[in-house]
Amino acid sequence: MYKLSLQRIIMILAVCVIGIFFAVPNFVKDAKNTLPSWWQPVNLGLDLQGGSSLLLEVDLDAALKDRMQSLEDSARAALKEVRVRYQGISSNADGLKIKIDNANARSKAITPLRKMDEGLTVTEKDGSLIVMYDEQSLTQIKAKLVDQSIEIVRKRIDEYGTNEPIIQSQGSGRILVQLPGIQNPEEVKVLLGKTAKMTFHLVDSSTTVTEAKRGKLKSSSRVIRGSGGEQYVIVRKPAVGGETLTDAGVSFQDGAAAVSFKFNNLGAKKFGEVTKNNVGEQLAIVLDDEVISAPTIQSAITGGSGVITGNYTSESAQELALLLRSGALPAPLNILEERTVGAGLGADSIKAGVFSSIIGLIGVIIFLLLAYGLFGLFTSITVFLNLFLMLGALSVFGATLTLPGIAGIILTIGMAVDANVLIFERMREEVKNGRSIKDAIETGFSFAWGTIIDSNLTTLIAAAVLFYFGSGPVRGFAVTLAIGIITSLFTSVTVTRLIITAWYNRFKPKALPI
Amino acid sequence: MTMLKWITKDTNIDFMKARKFTYVLSAVLIILSCLSIYFKSFNFGIDFSGGVLMEIKSEQPINVEEIRSKLSVLKLDELNLQSLGVNGDELMIRAQAENANEEAQRKAVVDIKEILGNSYEYRRVENVGPQVGDELKTAGIVASVLAMLAIAIYIWVRFEWQFALGALIGLFHDILITVGLLSYFRFDFSLTTVAAILTLVGYSINDTVVNYDRIRENLKKYRKMPQLELLNKSINDIFSRTILTGLTTLIAVTPLYFWGGDALASFSFTILVGLIIGTYSSIYICTAFLNLFDLRAVERKDEDNYFGTIS
Repeated sequence: MYKLSLQRIIMILAVCVIGIFFAVPNFVKDAKNTLPSWWQPVNLGLDLQGGSSLLLEVDLDAALKDRMQSLEDSARAALKEVRVRYQGISSNADGLKIKIDNANARSKAITPLRKMDEGLTVTEKDGSLIVMYDEQSLTQIKAKLVDQSIEIVRKRIDEYGTNEPIIQSQGSGRILVQLPGIQNPEEVKVLLGKTAKMTFHLVDSSTTVTEAKRGKLKSSSRVIRGSGGEQYVIVRKPAVGGETLTDAGVSFQDGAAAVSFKFNNLGAKKFGEVTKNNVGEQLAIVLDDEVISAPTIQSAITGGSGVITGNYTSESAQELALLLRSGALPAPLNILEERTVGAGLGADSIKAGVFSSIIGLIGVIIFLLLAYGLFGLFTSITVFLNLFLMLGALSVFGATLTLPGIAGIILTIGMAVDANVLIFERMREEVKNGRSIKDAIETGFSFAWGTIIDSNLTTLIAAAVLFYFGSGPVRGFAVTLAIGIITSLFTSVTVTRLIITAWYNRFKPKALPI
Repeated sequence: MTMLKWITKDTNIDFMKARKFTYVLSAVLIILSCLSIYFKSFNFGIDFSGGVLMEIKSEQPINVEEIRSKLSVLKLDELNLQSLGVNGDELMIRAQAENANEEAQRKAVVDIKEILGNSYEYRRVENVGPQVGDELKTAGIVASVLAMLAIAIYIWVRFEWQFALGALIGLFHDILITVGLLSYFRFDFSLTTVAAILTLVGYSINDTVVNYDRIRENLKKYRKMPQLELLNKSINDIFSRTILTGLTTLIAVTPLYFWGGDALASFSFTILVGLIIGTYSSIYICTAFLNLFDLRAVERKDEDNYFGTIS
């Protein structure tokens, strides 16, 4: 017979006590603030506590196009250095195409082109050279772009100030942003919708916009529009890059809001030089491919800081300062999916879920008592215990409980009872076949075990697949289901066995009460 | 002592006698399901179709027609309004922007909010781009197929291929009929529904495994019993368990359908229906299917491979 050694009893009871201990915070009011961080209730999903969830896509194509554009500039310089004449050069997100008619010149150009950056390959095709990144480098570049984007998104959201945001990468090139408590994500969407890439360019004074449009434009310059609808001709290559900014804030100039910024040492030095050498010229401040201001340089600015004036309200100045502080996104972000649940609906969902769980639980217990009597009582005890263990496990593992997750808990009640039913039915059968009570209990447990394992493992497989492919609420459901299967195996087999053995040893019954 | 003694009474029902009838019944149900899916398709939620979903709440009952005419100025495709809540004080708005892309949908949300104004509580605002919708559809199908395959492989390892095939056919049967009903009653078909379908797969297979376990045991125990009689006996042996577990789960899940809120209605419907169909198919599809083979020949090849018993 199953031995009730003290060790075993202590172990089983210890698991129960620990489980219940970690479930307790779920029943404490305001546990978040009153209990220590390691002893907290289960996390509620956004569908239960209310909040906003955004799925963003990093526009890798746009970023690669940018990168190829700057590679194009390097290529011009590299070819000039080795004195190779080329008939045309163009770029897209995939790579560069350089038309060189002379075959000797073509082969001469290959090495310097490849050396422009790590991971470049140069191939010849129809009298042109194609410059591309190899597969491995491309993967690395993309991964880096996503990582940088996540970093910037995190900074912006932290600056915006929301409660416990979750920002994580999802799949390839996707970022999931979850903002508990945010009911109206419009402001956040505006913040994330801007790349906020700021650069300083000298205005090309050798030509005017009208002349440039007629074709009198150096290849190193381009026409760009300004925020007021006007147009400028600027030097393509930035005089100072936005990555050298260290800080930005709101200041007031003659009572109007303006954005002040500060460079790091390198930026300050560069800015100082540029302003010193170009007194009297215009310096265009370009944000996201639009000139936001183009002041004339009065004198050398060596302090490493400056002010952007324009038509700013204190809100829009605040917003721009925040964007500059958090840095530019390496690529634009597209919002693919957006889900917002109001706190009211979340609270109603919890109420509905908890209410129907309690009704279901009461129903199951009444049914068990009617069907199995004393053993039904034993099962009811294990069902309750299972509920506590599940809650405890979910809380301690930091799992997220969603509305489908609550449904998963209810479902587990049904499944947990199945193991007990299998065991009890087996016992009944064995008694009928003439075994003693003691033997029947023993064989009931050991014979039912194989079946219980088989049937639970198949459900566990379904849960694993759901977890792997699901997202958000569905994933929450899979986690609850899986945890429920494991805890229910413990309660309905191990704990039931302990109770029944204790009962048998104490009362030495002559018949099974089932 | 126990009041529901009738459940645990030993039965001796000739289940397999009705198998010809149930073959026809299942075939008819499957055909009806396919017809419904073909002609009525599914009421895909925005998870799969992409689009905009909003739930608003007001102090008083909301006049659906009034909202409809207010929103008619917007260029929206498939505008669908549905009254929710006990006295119609909640309204669900579903729409697709005219040219389905994220940008247009985002604008649609802003426009709707602008037209309706601040007198409503916006309880839910969801906007799923068409690209994500397609991906989720693929993921849902892949997940279901993989789960079934994984389960079939497990059963193949633990039993024999005839059992695995029987279980797989049973699962197809259950899924087809359940989604057929979802299509017929126009239940919302969303990611949560897929979760429910996979759960019903888990439950149905659970039931089948219990049946198969007993068949395998009886094959060893009653070496001379005719096969059909043995299948019948196996089902009868565990029939009380089938009923007890089925009823318990039914009792646990039913309140969810009635009080779990609109979000869980299609979820709990799927589970409830799946429970009944799953129990039926374990007997009349999965077990009856085994009668096509000579199980004794199979069994002789495959001696004892139980998991160890606990001590």
